[in-house]
Amino acid sequence: MSTLILLLVTGVGLGGLYFLVASGLSLIYGLMGILNFAHGSFLTLGAFAGLAAASAVGQDTWGGLALGLVVGAVTGAAAAAVTELGLIRPLYERHIEQVLVTVGLALASVALFEGIWGPNPRTVRRTEWLTRTTEFLGARIPNTAFLNILAAALVLGVIVAFLKYTRYGLIIRAGVENRAMVTALGIDVRTAFTLVFAVGGAAAGLGGVLATQSLNYVSPHMGASLLIFAFIVTVIGGMGSLPGAAVASVVVAVLQQLANYFLANTGDFIVVLLLALVLLVRPSGLMGRRAA
Amino acid sequence: MNAPDHLPATPVTGTASPGAGAPPGRGEDAGQVSAVRAALPRAVGGGLAVIVLGCLPLLALTIPGVLPGYTYEPGTLQLLGLCWLTAALALTYHLLLGVVGLLSFGHALYFAAGVYGLAVVLERTDIPLLPAAAVVLAGGVLLAGVIGAISLRVTGISFAMVTLAFAQAGNVLVRRDPADLTGGEEGIALATGGVPDAFVGVVNTRNLYWVALAVLVVTYLVALWIERSRAGHMAAAVRENETRVRIIGGRPYVVKLVVFVLAATLATMVGTAYLLLQSGASPAVSTADFTLTILVMVVLGGVGSRWGAVVGAVLYTVLDQRLGEFAGSEAVAGLPAVLRVPLSEPMFLLGTCFILVVMFLPGGIAGAASRAVDRVRRRGPRGPGGQGSAGPGERPVAEAVPS
Repeated sequence: MSTLILLLVTGVGLGGLYFLVASGLSLIYGLMGILNFAHGSFLTLGAFAGLAAASAVGQDTWGGLALGLVVGAVTGAAAAAVTELGLIRPLYERHIEQVLVTVGLALASVALFEGIWGPNPRTVRRTEWLTRTTEFLGARIPNTAFLNILAAALVLGVIVAFLKYTRYGLIIRAGVENRAMVTALGIDVRTAFTLVFAVGGAAAGLGGVLATQSLNYVSPHMGASLLIFAFIVTVIGGMGSLPGAAVASVVVAVLQQLANYFLANTGDFIVVLLLALVLLVRPSGLMGRRAA
Repeated sequence: MNAPDHLPATPVTGTASPGAGAPPGRGEDAGQVSAVRAALPRAVGGGLAVIVLGCLPLLALTIPGVLPGYTYEPGTLQLLGLCWLTAALALTYHLLLGVVGLLSFGHALYFAAGVYGLAVVLERTDIPLLPAAAVVLAGGVLLAGVIGAISLRVTGISFAMVTLAFAQAGNVLVRRDPADLTGGEEGIALATGGVPDAFVGVVNTRNLYWVALAVLVVTYLVALWIERSRAGHMAAAVRENETRVRIIGGRPYVVKLVVFVLAATLATMVGTAYLLLQSGASPAVSTADFTLTILVMVVLGGVGSRWGAVVGAVLYTVLDQRLGEFAGSEAVAGLPAVLRVPLSEPMFLLGTCFILVVMFLPGGIAGAASRAVDRVRRRGPRGPGGQGSAGPGERPVAEAVPS
């Protein structure tokens, strides 16, 4: 029983990380029709920048972690906004080219990160509390899982509130629904594009710093490995659907944990099978619209 | 592709070879006419090019800075062989992306199936090379048939994601190595027991070079044949407008599946040759990044162009291999860190080049070349002897054929 609880809670924690990456992917795809391969690079950059900032205060202090999270999110947002303005916008409406540019950016940036920080993972120092476990219903759960869940829930809340109660959120929601109509009404959706990229980049940067806390290392490749699962989550949840991404992240991560424990490390396979199954039964994903 | 209707739909005769066929770019009327006019000289030119390339191991040529040494040296032949195999692989991807318009992120799976399949069969059984390769190829057909039949039920980005997912599963399988066959992260060395002596050892690199060149020629001819066949025309129609094909009674699913399986099987074949050339398999060939690099090659060369895919792949391979050398050179080491770090990462330079090509050179190298040819033609249509393929003597051929 305690094992099951442990797997479930760590699964939800991992799902939180997936969600931080997938939320941005899903919003970007929903509004702009772009599959952003460079999203993993925003995450990695956020992680490195956040840790550099945290080192200034002390990586193993709460202040350092807080500063790292803020700097990571800001760096991710800035990198994403610059990408949108510099690379995506000039290729307006040419979706395949836009995807290709993000592919090129992903390849080039990972190589650049390797050049700057070396190809091998570096261990990070964490606050003492995060290295410990907490007893919860008889299971000893690593505290990083709680941090991830908390952060993902906060980000979900903030993004939902942003979409619901602000003018730009309204434009983004309308744009996801019917971009041609929004444009026809005389609203400049391009600002919304940049904004969506920035929001997605911020979530990814935050996720990067959190991932270093869970994994206990930082490496130029961590973005790419998380990105694959974030893609799967995005597709299962329904491209463009934020609640879908949230539900799918938890489902995918929990399933992965359970299969890894009970079915001899087959978590990755089960996830892939789930993706194939969902696409065959419901090609638009769990909560995607049919037209997608 | 803009292969003219009046060309024979059956396989092209023996004169056809790399260089033959329609020019790159889509929907250019001028290109269609000149394609016929240029077909014969191009076929001859392509045949000559293959013969020259085939003679390279017997010659002592070099291009300083591009090739590591003279062309008879094993190191150079190894690089060139790798170029030809990569070009063949890019051609198989061209069949997917350029012909039938399928964006796949899982093409590496079928290549890796060839590499690892042959490696495992050779190590675990006593089957000699050729039957072993046949077994692997049959396995490739089966794998591609099953996965293609499932993946093609969805289209567009979803299709890309499903193929990515399956390839990822293959990658996990190869790296985790649950059945103790693939050697995990270390990879697996070629077991030379069943391999003829002519393909073993550094001394015999030139034989492997000829195998690689043959694989490229075969792949090119098969690609040409597919594009010129009825299935190829249907595939092009599906790429341009799938709904319309369905309305006029075509079956896009079957067409896509056929091309998908053919492309995947060819990739498996290229994989088997790759194993021989590299004398080992490493998990890198099964990663999503590997598929992305093939995509990069095809886009660099120009989507929809056969020779573009070949040129893109060769260029990419040479740059990838030689930029590493450049990165380690003293000229780079002496630079300040701001310049040195980016310049010493080949992938950074290639990725940046790729971004620039996508943004500023639509149609890639083939697109740029065809635009340049058009410009020259427009400027001097009556030049004595004509410019390149625009020879006036061949004009009646094109006009005499009803289309």
